[in-house]
Amino acid sequence: MRTQLPVMAFFVLFSLSPSLFAQAAAPQAADLNAIRTQIETLRADYDKKLQDLQKQLDDVQAQLNRAPAPAEAAAAPSTAVSGGSVSSAKVFNPDISVIGDFLGAAGSNKVNPGPTMEMHESEVAFQATVDPYAKADFFISFGEEGVNLEEGYLTFPAIPGGLLVKVGKMRAAFGKVNTLHNHVLPWTDRPLVTGNLLGGEDGIDDTGFSVARLISNPFLFLEATAQAFRGDSGDNLFKSSSRGDLTYVGHLRGYKDITDDTNLDLGFSISRGHNASGIVNDVDIGRFTTRLYGGDATIRWKPLKRSIYHSFVGRSEFIWSKRAQPGGEQNAKGYFASGDFQFARRWYTGVRYDRTGRADDALRIDRGQSVTLSYFPSEFSQIRAQYRRTNYADGPTANELLFQFQFSIGAHGAHPF
Amino acid sequence: MKTFIGVLTVVAVLLGVSMPVNAQSKLNVIATTEDLASIASEVGGDHIVIDSIAKGYQDPHFVEAKPSFFLKLQKADILILVGRELEIGWLPILINQSRNKNIQVGADGYLDASLQAQILDVPTGQVTRAEGDVHPLGNPHYWMDPENGKIIAKEIFDRLVKLRPNDRAYFEPRLNDFVSRVNAAEKRWLAAMAPYKGTKVVSFHRSFSNFAERFGLNIVGYVEPKPGIPPTPQHTLDLINQMKKDNVKIVMVEPYFDVKTPNAIGRDTGAEVLIMPPSVGGTKDVPDYIKLFDNDINMLVTAIRKTTGK
Repeated sequence: MRTQLPVMAFFVLFSLSPSLFAQAAAPQAADLNAIRTQIETLRADYDKKLQDLQKQLDDVQAQLNRAPAPAEAAAAPSTAVSGGSVSSAKVFNPDISVIGDFLGAAGSNKVNPGPTMEMHESEVAFQATVDPYAKADFFISFGEEGVNLEEGYLTFPAIPGGLLVKVGKMRAAFGKVNTLHNHVLPWTDRPLVTGNLLGGEDGIDDTGFSVARLISNPFLFLEATAQAFRGDSGDNLFKSSSRGDLTYVGHLRGYKDITDDTNLDLGFSISRGHNASGIVNDVDIGRFTTRLYGGDATIRWKPLKRSIYHSFVGRSEFIWSKRAQPGGEQNAKGYFASGDFQFARRWYTGVRYDRTGRADDALRIDRGQSVTLSYFPSEFSQIRAQYRRTNYADGPTANELLFQFQFSIGAHGAHPF
Repeated sequence: MKTFIGVLTVVAVLLGVSMPVNAQSKLNVIATTEDLASIASEVGGDHIVIDSIAKGYQDPHFVEAKPSFFLKLQKADILILVGRELEIGWLPILINQSRNKNIQVGADGYLDASLQAQILDVPTGQVTRAEGDVHPLGNPHYWMDPENGKIIAKEIFDRLVKLRPNDRAYFEPRLNDFVSRVNAAEKRWLAAMAPYKGTKVVSFHRSFSNFAERFGLNIVGYVEPKPGIPPTPQHTLDLINQMKKDNVKIVMVEPYFDVKTPNAIGRDTGAEVLIMPPSVGGTKDVPDYIKLFDNDINMLVTAIRKTTGK
């Protein structure tokens, strides 16, 4: 823009000069006047052009100074709570986050030893709204080797009749801990009862349908969930040998605010599916089933005015496993009870007691005691130490110090309750 | 076939029962904060039923997604939220679990109150969490400017009218009345603060950016070293030195923060520590939107006079 000014001036002068020289040969008063008028007109014209240019320059400058304003306006349409991207090209990308879980162990455990250090899990989450009717969530869990679809499901949040329908692979609604991802647990591990009676770390995590309905009543929040899965869960829990070997899970959840600060959450769960005990050379000759019954209770206290500084969560879950197998039915029972107290804005401490039989051998009882201390540098990272003592039924007592770093990058996830 | 038709009839009846019986019944409005609830009830009067989720005395960033809130949202016709990711840690779960199509993101009943408001602190350039819990869409505490309060009221009015066009004649005078009362009060507040324009203050969190901008306060520091990061000894020391250098005599603290560090700063610098609610319901003195500013302006003016002797 600036370079145009001298060019314009040059053109104006150049267009003036021939007429000046031509008229100078015959100097007459009338001609002189005409020339003078012409020059005046040209000068006025030139001044006006200059002014216009200056004005254009000022406008451009002003627009540049106002630049942040359009940026704000552009950001406005993308303020939906499910997303936060600001570029229109990316606006339909799902919310992406990655959560890292580093686990370390010291001390001795002869029965179930974990590695000294491992990048236990790198969980990648993709979440977005599919269309006006559905929402999709994917949680892909990367181990140090291998990838596992931890969850991947479609949710229809607004189906008539107050139903919440999910389709895909998901953690089953059996109890409380089974539904929780590793990074929201208050421990570095899962309770012993999960490992012994719910088939290992992932618990009941299978592909199928889930339908949940609120049961209206004036007293409390009541939700009933019914789920049907393919029938393959855990390391050795459910195994389907034919298409009819579905696993069913039913869950009833009651919740009540006792005060603004305290609330109580109770649940009852049942499940049934085929187990692997009759499978010999890939042929299921026994058709044995496992039935599970569970009860869970959670009490929470969080004084609202100081909610970021103090809280307490007490949890307990009881599971009863009735597993049919070649030697007869095994009735194994197990439970855990824990308490976690937040004593400062970034500090938590907790205890847990575990006691459980084994699904295939109810008489073998494992017991465990744990103490934890957790520090949250920010909402996006946490450092945890856990002392765990485990009395195994069939081996020496294990004394371990477990430590954990968890960290999250990307979209700000919501905190499950 | 007969049983099939029978089942269909039963299902249809069951579904029919759960539909709203009377479309012109009172609108059920849920606001995420008491501020929005206060403004909504000014406009909606007794033609709406208003309820809110977060209490004014609790940190609105950290609200638990309790199942009892699912029930509140289940029957809502309109959900009014602050937006700008203030509620990102809890509202998505509530909406998802509400089983209510009216309030899903993008539906007519989903009202993000921030879209027309003047938003400050929109980060430019690189945004990373090295800056703490930054809000990439700007400071969500924008309701602390009465000009924005009027804009929010207008947005709520528009949405109420969209859903209840027949009630326009009821809502419109209420909106006008609210706006004129805010205008009158704002003149009073600006006049009260005018002599103290440019007064340097410190606040705990960035809850008062819009408030300071409107009423001519100069926030020179924060008790938090970075948004969402609790005070550290070194930062507190730096802040004390800066306050002494700049002669800062006011520390504003939101009611949900621990006053230990602010009190220590106050003792060291001679500054007044004000427990100043940034939200309706933050203390018992601020039951509605206009009283919120009445209270906060009054607290400030009293404290400035006391500390400066002017």
